[in-house]
This record gives sequence, C-alpha cells and structure tokens, in this order.
Amino acid sequence: MLPLAPVLVPLLTALLTASLPHHPRLRGITSLAGALALLASAVALFLHVHQDGAMSVALGNWPLPYAIEFVADGLGTALVLTAALLGLCVIAHALATAAGTEPAEQARAGLHPLLHALLAAVMAVFLAGDLFNLYVWFELMLIATLGLLVLGAERRHAEAALKYFATSMLGTLLMLAAVGLIYGATGHLNFSALQGAMRDPQVAAALPAPVTLLLLALLLKAGVFPLFLWLPASYHTLPAAALALIGGLLTKVALYVVMRLLGGVFAGMPGLLAEALGWLAVITMISGVLGAAYHWDIRRILAFHIVSQIGYLLLGVALASPAGAAGTAFFLVHNVLVKAQLFLICALIWMAAGHHDLRRIGGLYVARPLLAVLFLIGAFSLVGVPPSSGFWGKLLLVREAFAQDRLVWGGAALGVGLLTLYSMSKIWLEGFWKPHPAARPEGAPAHAALHPAAYAGVLALTVPIVALGLYPEAALRHLELATQTLWLVGGPR
Amino acid sequence: MTPRSALLAFAARPLYWLLLAAALWILLRGHNEPGGGFIGGLVAVAASSLVAIALDTAAARRLQPLAPLPLAMLGVGLAMLSGLAGAATGAPYLTHLWTAWGVSTVMLFDAGVFLAVWGALTGYVYALLADNGQAAQ
Repeated sequence: MLPLAPVLVPLLTALLTASLPHHPRLRGITSLAGALALLASAVALFLHVHQDGAMSVALGNWPLPYAIEFVADGLGTALVLTAALLGLCVIAHALATAAGTEPAEQARAGLHPLLHALLAAVMAVFLAGDLFNLYVWFELMLIATLGLLVLGAERRHAEAALKYFATSMLGTLLMLAAVGLIYGATGHLNFSALQGAMRDPQVAAALPAPVTLLLLALLLKAGVFPLFLWLPASYHTLPAAALALIGGLLTKVALYVVMRLLGGVFAGMPGLLAEALGWLAVITMISGVLGAAYHWDIRRILAFHIVSQIGYLLLGVALASPAGAAGTAFFLVHNVLVKAQLFLICALIWMAAGHHDLRRIGGLYVARPLLAVLFLIGAFSLVGVPPSSGFWGKLLLVREAFAQDRLVWGGAALGVGLLTLYSMSKIWLEGFWKPHPAARPEGAPAHAALHPAAYAGVLALTVPIVALGLYPEAALRHLELATQTLWLVGGPR
Repeated sequence: MTPRSALLAFAARPLYWLLLAAALWILLRGHNEPGGGFIGGLVAVAASSLVAIALDTAAARRLQPLAPLPLAMLGVGLAMLSGLAGAATGAPYLTHLWTAWGVSTVMLFDAGVFLAVWGALTGYVYALLADNGQAAQ
C-alpha cells in the first residue's frame, strides 16, 4: 500500500477539494492537509526504500507481468519526495496569496483540485512500472495542465491552451503508437519483462525504431530543440501557483522517463542515439538561453530557461554512464526546486510591483530587501555559482562530459552558464537595482505591501535549495546509489 | 435552435428510461460477460444526450440523480474506495473481495466507473449544447 500512497492521497484530495466549490476556506484547509499528507507519505516511502530497498505493488494481486505494477526505487522516491515538497510549497503559496490575486471565484475553485490531480499524475509517473500505465498518467498530466491553462477563461488563456493542447496531443499520439509498436515487438509492457525480452538479440534488433519514436514523443513533452516553441508560448498565462508547479516539474518528468527508459529498460540502444541526444542537448541549451536573453517579461525569461535547463538534463542522459545519470538526477532535484522558487518569486514581484515587464518595474532591492535576497539565492543556484545546488549539478555533468572527451558538450554547458548569468543579472539590475522608471524627485511610486505569509512558499523552497548547496553529500550519495544500475548492461561505449 | 421533432420529444422520456435500464443491464452483465461500467456508462450518456437534444439540457439534468460534476466525482470516489477494502486485508490495492452469489467489491468499482463516465461525459454534452449550467438553477 505504501508505494501507492503518494498517488492515492492527492487523488483523494483532488476529489475532496472539488466537492467544496462554495466553501473557499474549508477547501483551502483540505488542500493544505492533503499536501501535508502527501509529503508525509512521500517521506515515509522514501525512508522505507532508502533502508530496505525497492518496493513494488502489483495492483489487484494479478500475476506479473500482466498486472499494473508500481515500483518505488531510490530514484523514483527521491523525485516523489522532491515533488511532494514542491506541491506543499506551491499550495501554501496559493493559499497565502489568495487574497492578493484576483482570479474569478470559479477559477479559484478549480485551482486546488487540478493542482492535486496534477501532483497525483506526476507521482504516478515517477512510480509507474509499465509503459502503458506510464502513458495513462502522462495523459492525466496533460488533462490537468490543460485545465489549469484555461482557468483564467480569457482569450489569451484559450490561445495558450490551444498551443499546449496541439503539441501535447501530438506527443501523446506518438507515445501511444510507440507503446503499441514496442508491445508488438516484445509482447510486454512491464519494465522488468521488457528488460528480460531485450536479451533476445532478435527482439532487441527490432526495437531501435519504436524506442526512437517513444523518445521523440517524450522530447516533445520535455521541450527539447526544435520541439520547444510551445513551452514559452503557453506557460506565461498560468496562475502563479500552477506556473510554479508546472514550470518546475512537468518537462522534467518527461526527462526522468527518458533517463529511466534509455538507461534502464532499453539499455543497450545503439550509441548513435546517445550521440544524437547529446547534440540535441547542446542546441537546446543554447537556444533556450538565447531566447531568454531576448525577453523582458520575467515569466518568459524563466520559461526559456526551462528549455535551457532541459538541455543540461538531456546532456546528462546522453553521456550514458552511471556518473552521468547521478549528475542528471541531482540536477533534476535541484532544478525542480530552484525553478519553482524563481516562479514563485516572480509572482511576488508581480504582487509588489504590479508588473512582469522588467522595463516597467524597479527599485525592489530598496523596497523589498527580503525578496531580493531570496531571488539572489535562486538566481545563483540557477547559474551555478559555488556553493549553490546548481554548482554541484553542473559540476557533475561537466566533469563527466570532459571525462568522456566530450569537449564541445562540456564547453557548451559552461558557456550557457555564463549566458544564464546574463539574463539573471538582467532581472536583478532591471527589477531590483535600478530606480523605478516612474520615479520622481519625491520618490518612487509605492510598492504594494506584501503580507509576511506571502513569503511562506518561497521560504520553504529556499531552505532545501540552500541545504542542497551547502551539504550535497547526503543527496548525492543517495542518488549515486539509486542510479548505479543505469547504463550497466552493455552501454553504448 | 433547430426545429424540434414532436415525435422525438414525445418519445424521449420513455426511451430515456429504456436506455437507462439497458445501461444498468450492461453494467451488471459485465460481471461475467462482455459489458461493464464503462460501456454501461456510455449508454447512460446516450440516454441523457437524447433527452438533452430532444427536449433541453435542463430536462436531462433533472432526470440525473446529481449534477454532472458531483456525479463524476462520486463515481471516481466509489471506484477508489472499492480498492481499499481488499487493501485493508493486507492484499495489494484493488484486490477485490468476493462473497457468495457473486456480490463483490468489483461491483462497487464498476458502479463507480459507470457514474464517472455518466457524469463526466454528460457534463461535456451539456456544455457543447451551449448550456453553461444556468438552466439547472
């Protein structure tokens, strides 16, 4: 039962919160209690797996490989824990700032059920033990995200939702086709059964094409070059809390699946695939960061940075080694937290300054010093200044790239770090440092007051980010242990 | 609106109950033969849609036990909870318990699926018929 708890708890919370459309207060309490219960179950599962090794549940007690199986291993539970923490922070933020933002009452009624449904789907993807189940939960992620995108019920929301829906639907169809082809070639959907079937050279020879198709679908969902244009075009219209959750988690979930499939289930795919992924990663990194450098809307800058960070993660996957996988996993945990923290800060900037456009705001360093410090922590982590969590993630990836003589890949990762610094300092200089553009001799226009509770979500996310930077050993040791089996079976090199 | 057929409007209610009875029969038949909650739910959706098109969505809503969204949520909740009974005995989640005469927690699960499909899809149908929920009040 324990491995299923992180899926069932948010599903139940989604149901409960949805059945309270006219009781905002009770709904908020239920939502927060559900998020706390989710975190508790994630911690319990993580500790259990950490001590006693991987657990699995075959739903309905059907015999494997026919049962729907959920597998909780070291890597999956680490990410479940990260996502549960993120979920709690995001929901706390949504509740604390509910008074400051003013979406329609209807929209707020839909927000919490959809956030919990999204969390349930993400958890299930982290724990899924077979391909079809994985596909189903990806689909639920798509539906929940789509619901969040149209919450605002304005024209721009419909436009963003349409862009998201079109690309996601394409990805979903490709994924379903690929799952079908893989089932046709192997006769299995269960991960461990697939791994067993791969030992037959004839079966393995039939797989590169369908697996590549599956990868294509996942890369589309992850926002990899040249399939990323939907992402910055749709994300910036989301409600702040949903943006932090989606921007922090969603694309990374697809990357996690790519790593799990290529490194574990389908280990032993031709080296050419890793080669192609590596170059895609480099282009993705660069195009994301260049897109960010061009924009002035903080949300768009951060959304383009998601694309760039996806490049780093893909680079780690392309390195196709246990060390690369450990680096990817660490970077994944770090990036989920930092990205969400920056998106929440961006929401606070909007609440204080009334705008997302950097050209129209300023002077926040004087007006809101705490916000400035929190932003600096997040921005330094994203850039990878030592000793921040991003530094360790990038160090692991770049070191492994150089160790494999991938000089261009490693060099690109370093160069993109510099460009990240550029757009983070742009936000810093324009939003925090420069005086407010409308400032007159008698002083800048007043910023809106921020209730101390509004900082709750951001603060709660900043603590693990700082901890991960100052003391990365524990997390790293856990993730190295969890990823040591990836790419062991006759890797590409 | 398009002109309505008097014949269809007259027949809609009897047909609704007939279709609903068929839906329930399919739901129960699914226990041992082809059928089940999903297909039964779809037939129930057809029944509600027929009334919604032949008369109006308000009439279709009145014939349903609950509004579409609560109905769907009740269904999902039932299906989720039906799996807990088996889990309480220590078996994996969704392991179902059986008693004599074929009564089991599977039935609860199937009924949940039935309600979820009926609620969710009628919600879509009513929305597509340009009823934004005002008619029910």
